[in-house]
Amino acid sequence: MRYLLLKHYRGAPEAVNDVPMDRWTPAEVEDHVRYMDEFAARLETTGEFVDSQALSPEGAWVRHDGEGRPPVTDGPFAETKDLIAGWMIIDVESHDRALELAGELSAAPGAGGKPIHEWLELRPFLTAPPTVTE
Amino acid sequence: MTGPGRVVDGRLLREVAPGVIGILVRRGADFATAEDAVQEALVQAALTWPERPPEDPKGWLVTVAWRKLLDARRSEAARRDREDRVAVEPPPGPAAAVDDTLALFFLCAHPSLPPASAVALTLRAVGGLTTRQIAQAYLVPEATMAQRISRAKRTVRDVRFDAPGDLATVLRVLYLVFNEGYTGDVDLAEEALRLVRQVAGRTDDEETAGLLALVLLHHARRPARTRADGSLVPLAEQDRSLWDTALITEGVAVLQAALARDRLGEFQAQAAIAALHADAPRAEETDWPQIVGWYDELLRITGSPVVRLNRAVAVGEADGPAAGLAALADVDPGLPRRTAAAAYLHERAGDRAEAARLYAEAARRAPNLAERHHLAKQAARIGQALRG
Repeated sequence: MRYLLLKHYRGAPEAVNDVPMDRWTPAEVEDHVRYMDEFAARLETTGEFVDSQALSPEGAWVRHDGEGRPPVTDGPFAETKDLIAGWMIIDVESHDRALELAGELSAAPGAGGKPIHEWLELRPFLTAPPTVTE
Repeated sequence: MTGPGRVVDGRLLREVAPGVIGILVRRGADFATAEDAVQEALVQAALTWPERPPEDPKGWLVTVAWRKLLDARRSEAARRDREDRVAVEPPPGPAAAVDDTLALFFLCAHPSLPPASAVALTLRAVGGLTTRQIAQAYLVPEATMAQRISRAKRTVRDVRFDAPGDLATVLRVLYLVFNEGYTGDVDLAEEALRLVRQVAGRTDDEETAGLLALVLLHHARRPARTRADGSLVPLAEQDRSLWDTALITEGVAVLQAALARDRLGEFQAQAAIAALHADAPRAEETDWPQIVGWYDELLRITGSPVVRLNRAVAVGEADGPAAGLAALADVDPGLPRRTAAAAYLHERAGDRAEAARLYAEAARRAPNLAERHHLAKQAARIGQALRG
């Protein structure tokens, strides 16, 4: 079963150790990133890793605005939006295993080297069971 | 098979290699080492066969792989050369009594492996696919798949190769392979058909024949199943002239021989349903009452909610949409595709507003884009008719 783990810049409930990253020390940032890299590397060895990417904090909503007209965007007003910081896709045997891994990733170290206890969004990919006929 | 300068026939290698692994394991090598040795022998085959094709490819591979295996052992532990000398002699054993390839299937689909790993190991060791091909087919990185396979190999390392394994597990694994369909350069449906044929050629088990018939009958419909743009064509709308009649004839013959032995199992029942669809020259001529009968059998054997859902759709065709909706009431509301089935039955019952609503909901929950687009189109079609 595949799951998407979503990390939010904002939009998620407040984390326990909620200090914005720009106020961490470089060493704290480095530890945080290393924790996540090691987590991903370990899931590669268990055959559970699929993909992960980080996303920039800038994003815009875009919409078609009729033929021949430029698309409408809401502009770069990042502070008002739910923003996704990045994602990881895992392929695991069970929902319990997905919860366990998400919990582990949520414990990445933050300010003061303490776990940030951030909220992660866990979304299963929709898959259908094998069909009997068409 | 090949002249000088030509490439080595990959298909032949894939046919022969699994048996070679089986022979090495029977001679006492552990599975992982045997597989590595065969890989090395295959590399050497690719280099030398184009110039000097062997008379007996399998014999050649056994000899070379066994030599590679001994080389590996020697360099690993030169001080243990006394044991090596013993290892050169193949241990006596009932080599002829058991089919090596079938034993290899049992090992790869060992019950101690999670299904995803059993599938990967089977495709690697019995199917002869490369790790990269398997990773592409299952949309995971090659490193992830390599680790999954090597963990699987470690798991089965100490499994003895002498007792017959669990055929049902092997069939389940091959069914999973077939259900993946195909992506990229590996056609898993083709691969599943090839592997099921191999197993069926080595056992007279009815359910193996049932699975073979099922795969043949499903595979026969594939040319009609999607349009050029990749969108789905429902069974009722498929151009039946595109169905592969040779595969259908073979599938029906295999199935009839199995059913005649009166030991029904779920694959035979599924194949019977597929055969009834294949038998109808036009969708309207489908024998739905008989299909419902087979679904009843299937439900009795499996108790599966997916079967219950499919049965409700068949009841709708056999006895009318109201009966179908009544049958659907017993199906778990959370089951994928249940909403789509409800939408279809409501539309046939004349309740178009409810049908449009359900199609739209089903589209939001569809497991893939092709299905999502198909369902959204149904919702739009009814919505337009209601407005117009």
